[in-house]
Amino acid sequence: MFLRIDNRWIITIVACLIPLLGLYVDIAFDNLGANPIQALHIRLGDWSLRFLCLTLAITPIQTITKWRGMVTYRQIFGLYAFFYATLHLLAYLLVDHALMWRMVAIDIIESPYIWFGVLAYLIIFSLAITSSKWAKKRMGKAWKKLHRLIYVAAVAAVMHYFLQLKGNLAEPLFYSMIVFLLLGFRILVWVKNRQLHKMMIPTGRRVLVLAEKQGEIPEALRKRR
Amino acid sequence: MIIRTTKDIPASEITDPLVFRERRKIIKAMLATMVAGTGIAPALADNNNSAWANLPKGDFSADLLTPTPAELIKNYTNYYEFAFNKQDSTKLAQNLRTDPWSVEISGEVENPGIFYLEDILRQQVLQERIYRFRCVEAWSMVVPWVGFSLGNLLKTVKPLSTAKFVKFTAVHQPDIMPRQRNNAMLEWPYVEGLRIDEAMHPLATLAVGMYGDILPKQNGAPLRLIVPWKYGFKNIKAIVKIELLKRPPITSWSQFAPKEYGFYANVNPAVSHPRWSQNSERQLGSGFFSPRRQTELFNGYGEQVASLYSDMDLRHFF
Repeated sequence: MFLRIDNRWIITIVACLIPLLGLYVDIAFDNLGANPIQALHIRLGDWSLRFLCLTLAITPIQTITKWRGMVTYRQIFGLYAFFYATLHLLAYLLVDHALMWRMVAIDIIESPYIWFGVLAYLIIFSLAITSSKWAKKRMGKAWKKLHRLIYVAAVAAVMHYFLQLKGNLAEPLFYSMIVFLLLGFRILVWVKNRQLHKMMIPTGRRVLVLAEKQGEIPEALRKRR
Repeated sequence: MIIRTTKDIPASEITDPLVFRERRKIIKAMLATMVAGTGIAPALADNNNSAWANLPKGDFSADLLTPTPAELIKNYTNYYEFAFNKQDSTKLAQNLRTDPWSVEISGEVENPGIFYLEDILRQQVLQERIYRFRCVEAWSMVVPWVGFSLGNLLKTVKPLSTAKFVKFTAVHQPDIMPRQRNNAMLEWPYVEGLRIDEAMHPLATLAVGMYGDILPKQNGAPLRLIVPWKYGFKNIKAIVKIELLKRPPITSWSQFAPKEYGFYANVNPAVSHPRWSQNSERQLGSGFFSPRRQTELFNGYGEQVASLYSDMDLRHFF
């Protein structure tokens, strides 16, 4: 599961803890406003979503810039998305609900916005526990299929954000735009690859047709092809 | 006469005021520096010479309820005319022009008219009314309002027998209110409504103050509705017009999302919002790791108001 360590990685790993430190300072100085429990909860969720977006952004950035160096950071960011999502979940259970399980159960059953959060968390959880190189090797093709679910998790996380708001949609709109762009980029790449793939055949045929017109290829040969 | 409601907030759920004040000192000092000169600093300062210091307690004021600290109430308001978050309106609302203030009372009444607020206050008996306040977003607080009975005011204009509903309209000051200026989200001005029997109920209050002093602007100054058995959004702020009508008015949130916010909006833990549960609530001022409060039917005022809805399906009329 663990990464080869070099300096840049250590810096990244430490830097990703800065939001947590900021939150700690704000708690210590009572700086979270009139409803600190909700503020804490939202901050952790926000950071999980940000890291999720960052994780998704790595592949497009790599494709555009052709810079291969970033792909190893994808794992770090992905694991941090999981880390903050876990804190978000723990804050919900412990800080807000004080482990009153009956209340938690009713809340989850009656709140569709939480269903999306649960779905996103289950996916991220399964991606986190299979994130190591060892798991990747062992799982083979299934690994890639499983890890594509990150897009489902991202959409579910944005839905989770959207559905708990009374009205103001500016922030979730921002995140859904990012997820949409990142997902859109992937779809574009996929479509482009497919088109290229398709074009290869007409290109071949067109060559044949041309050759035939010029009488360079006998009928028999064309049929065999 | 003081009638105490049966349900009180257990002492264990309330932050020790000493601990609380210590924590608040820091935040207050920071806020005071941040907003010095914006006119809000005086509002944040402790007010020793308050406007209405020792008022009689109103009906159903559960004086065993410990009010939520004023600093929290003042800095956590949904005032969408100003901002879509709960902090910015504290500052922005200070620009609201509240003096002079008059209220038009018209519609199905014998004596319609436009009344100056000071004249209304001269006629009405002010009381301290300590009520629970439950937001549809599942947080709650306890507020010591200063106000008078809505029913008593309506009686002064003599409602006709055709008056079945009461429509409240809030102030329209688009030059001061950024979200009104941008026509953002809701139809402005904000409109709320009650059935006439709800409006005449002794719990229905028009508040002009809280914590013994004039209502802070972000909390709905100079005149707001308080119907403590309903969700917070029914408690319209900065009222300029009260109309008595034959038919139910179209109310702002209900118009914006009719499947999510009904006309009645009675607090009811058994009827979820379509997107979230209403079973429990986070009380402002309660500490980390403290449990949420179990939400009560009619916000704990069922003894007083349940009879208004005895033959209604509360799931349908949410």
